[in-house]
Amino acid sequence: MRLNLRIWRQSGPDDEGRLVAYRVDDADEDMSFLELIDVLNEKLILDGEEPVAFDHDCREGICGACSMVINGEPHGPEKATTTCQLHLRHFRDGDTITVEPFRAAAFPVIKDLVVDRSAFDRIIASGGYISAPTGAAPEAHSTPVPKANADRAFTAAACIGCGACVAACPNGSASLFLGAKITHLGELPQGQPERADRVVRMVETHDAEGFGGCTNTGECAVACPKEIPLDVISQLNRDYLAATTQRR
Amino acid sequence: MSSYTDYIVGSPLVDTAAPDGPIETRWERRRFGVKLVNPANKRKMKIIVVGTGLAGASAGATLAELGYQVSSFCYQDSPRRAHSIAAQGGINAAKNYRGDGDSIHRLFYDTVKGGDFRSRESNVHRLAEISVQIIDQCVAQGVPFAREYGGLLDTRSFGGAQVSRTFYARGQTGQQLLLGAYQALERQIDAGRVTMYPRHEMLELIVIDGRARGIVARDLVTGETRSHLADAVVLASGGYGNVFYLSTNAKGCNVTATWRAHRKGAYFANPCFTQIHPTCIPVSGDHQSKLTLMSESLRNDGRVWVPVKAGDTRAPADIPESERDYFLERQYPAFGNLVPRDIASRAAKNVCDAGRGVGPGGLGVYLDFADAIARLGRQAVAAKYGNLFQMYQRITGDDPYEVPMRIYPAVHYTMGGLWVDYDLQSTIPGLFVIGEANFSDHGANRLGASALMQGLADGYFVLPTTIGDYLARGVPSVAEDAPEVREAEAAVAARIEKLLSIDGNRTVDSFHRELGRLMWDHCGMERTEEGLRKALDRIPELRREFWTNVKVPGSAATLNQSLEKAGRVADFLELAELMCLDALHRTESCGGHFRAESQTEDGEAARKDDEFSYVAAWEFTGEGSPPVLHREDLHFEYVTPSQRSYK
Repeated sequence: MRLNLRIWRQSGPDDEGRLVAYRVDDADEDMSFLELIDVLNEKLILDGEEPVAFDHDCREGICGACSMVINGEPHGPEKATTTCQLHLRHFRDGDTITVEPFRAAAFPVIKDLVVDRSAFDRIIASGGYISAPTGAAPEAHSTPVPKANADRAFTAAACIGCGACVAACPNGSASLFLGAKITHLGELPQGQPERADRVVRMVETHDAEGFGGCTNTGECAVACPKEIPLDVISQLNRDYLAATTQRR
Repeated sequence: MSSYTDYIVGSPLVDTAAPDGPIETRWERRRFGVKLVNPANKRKMKIIVVGTGLAGASAGATLAELGYQVSSFCYQDSPRRAHSIAAQGGINAAKNYRGDGDSIHRLFYDTVKGGDFRSRESNVHRLAEISVQIIDQCVAQGVPFAREYGGLLDTRSFGGAQVSRTFYARGQTGQQLLLGAYQALERQIDAGRVTMYPRHEMLELIVIDGRARGIVARDLVTGETRSHLADAVVLASGGYGNVFYLSTNAKGCNVTATWRAHRKGAYFANPCFTQIHPTCIPVSGDHQSKLTLMSESLRNDGRVWVPVKAGDTRAPADIPESERDYFLERQYPAFGNLVPRDIASRAAKNVCDAGRGVGPGGLGVYLDFADAIARLGRQAVAAKYGNLFQMYQRITGDDPYEVPMRIYPAVHYTMGGLWVDYDLQSTIPGLFVIGEANFSDHGANRLGASALMQGLADGYFVLPTTIGDYLARGVPSVAEDAPEVREAEAAVAARIEKLLSIDGNRTVDSFHRELGRLMWDHCGMERTEEGLRKALDRIPELRREFWTNVKVPGSAATLNQSLEKAGRVADFLELAELMCLDALHRTESCGGHFRAESQTEDGEAARKDDEFSYVAAWEFTGEGSPPVLHREDLHFEYVTPSQRSYK
């Protein structure tokens, strides 16, 4: 199949950037979207041009590295699918596809489609853990966890930290990412001792990193490739309210 | 120059750190025997950890908790993305929560046997002992393992085991364990005890007065290369499966850190021991950039079959029971679909070679869930494997609830790696190697759900203890501008400049694909002397062509992904030659290494314990020049080597 691409090219953080048109004539419907960019890049290199820079690694939808906005949607049109798992059978011969980086104030562009998402690591560092130094753990079965709580914790913990929620949000908020970690740890008995401090510190870091506030548009949960449910944000708000009123 | 295949046999290698005496107390005695570092001194000692997968992240966090200053490096944009994240199935532990006869000794026995008697008893026993602590540690961190209605942990049985000892978190166990270790690491970053260098790649090891003293790393965003010095260096940089181009590894996985260390004097052990995983999604075309694993936990409920007749192209639903060959159940009635990976892979290859493969190109076998769905119900099957089914459907467009999956073996894991002693120290003092990057615990074949166990055992429990013994004995200080530091920096700069200046006609990927094809054909599931010699003739030619005809666009002073790839492929082109030589010299079949010349009458692997019951540790002597083979003899006191039988 033949596909027309309009891809965001930006040589570095200080470059303004622009959409550049390319054409790939020998695309195959079994290719993944990243393999399409591979094919284009091989051509560009042989033509003496710089290939398109993009983040990717596992190519099986779990590492969270890939991060393209395809036709206006983070990770493209397929529900619950990362860009690396998006296959060309979902496009038609002759389609024109626009590819841009994840855009948010807190995710500055490094080059082409590569953005800096290190703010997510700093949010986790500010409280997204249970303090359990190695060697200090009690026997695993000494703390049973009701299956319902364990399952809800797992659902929230499935977040891959890709940042699609931020790219989809009109406010550039990371509330879904943050709420997922708050819910994961808050559902478990092991997470209770640090629960209040955790949410306060993580929200402070979130705001300081330049992410916007949540206005319940729900775009984040629609874009999320791992289908993190929107109610983790309700959990985040409940925990934050409880923690801040307790503190006073 | 003498031919590469005329390798020299050097002095035997002895693991001087290994304790003797009763195996149950060896680790305990070693722990008591290590010298301890005064807590006040720990604060002054710096340790570099390269890689942030299960081994690297857990080691980095634990070393920082102990009080050391840690510098942690990863090539990804975040430590959370290391490829451990993609491990699906689970983690073994000898908890015996099921009361089904499991014990530390049984896990030890199964692992030694599963490794086809090419691993060290002492190491494996330690691994089995530590397995129970790992589960406790991970639960304390909030890893959301699967649980039963009573609130206790669920387990399942997994490839090659007849007890239920595998703990899991749906099909995303690696992700959840890694996030636990990553969060522990981030906690230490926040506390100022770990300095994190994401988007950094180690390109050289710095050795001063015979000790590992640091690394040269490139900042992949700014392009700056600079040296980082330390009292000890830990490599946790994973395996080298991407030498095959197509593998289940992440695209960025590479051998550079360990290969650079090998060139500086660290011996490389058993490089030919690679694992081909039986349950991967088959290749769909020439554009294929990687292969995707389907967890072998699927083999618990899925049944593997092909048509009885060769060339049968009917849809699977149209093939009646009587015309299906459930070949694993037929050939291995005791273990059936749960035989170890090497055996399942080769059985699939054999039926496909006989023309009975299914799907495009005939390189596939069915993995059928119809019986499981009928027995357990669709909902129960979805609860166990839902995300895997979804992943399969997304990639292939087929619905495994309706149509059997098609699977084919793919390169998945490398048992070989840098040689380490019982303390996980390489032949370069001060250089420690953990996780998949070392060779230590899996012998010639790794059992399912044991990689996560080994990575975390090394990182949380073994290394943090043993590295102290090295540090406590005193490490002299070195100057930042020592000549060895400048030389290493200059070597890196020269190599980068060379790669950018060739400006030839072939892309890096085209060389990588050709190398991968060559390795898959000749050093893959089945190896022959003829094929290996062919590969050994071709690899140096390909390497020469690479260094005269590769095209790497762009500059070194910016993010340049072509340049990153070029450096990695250059190292694969050297490693590949050593792998083929190792495979050629080992004229027996064992585990993942099947030499066609060494098989039993019914086509099973024939091991030669008299000749090959040793670890082959290779010493580098120069590019393309014959390496030196150091043999470490293996001794079996507790498990008597027997021909593996899963029949």
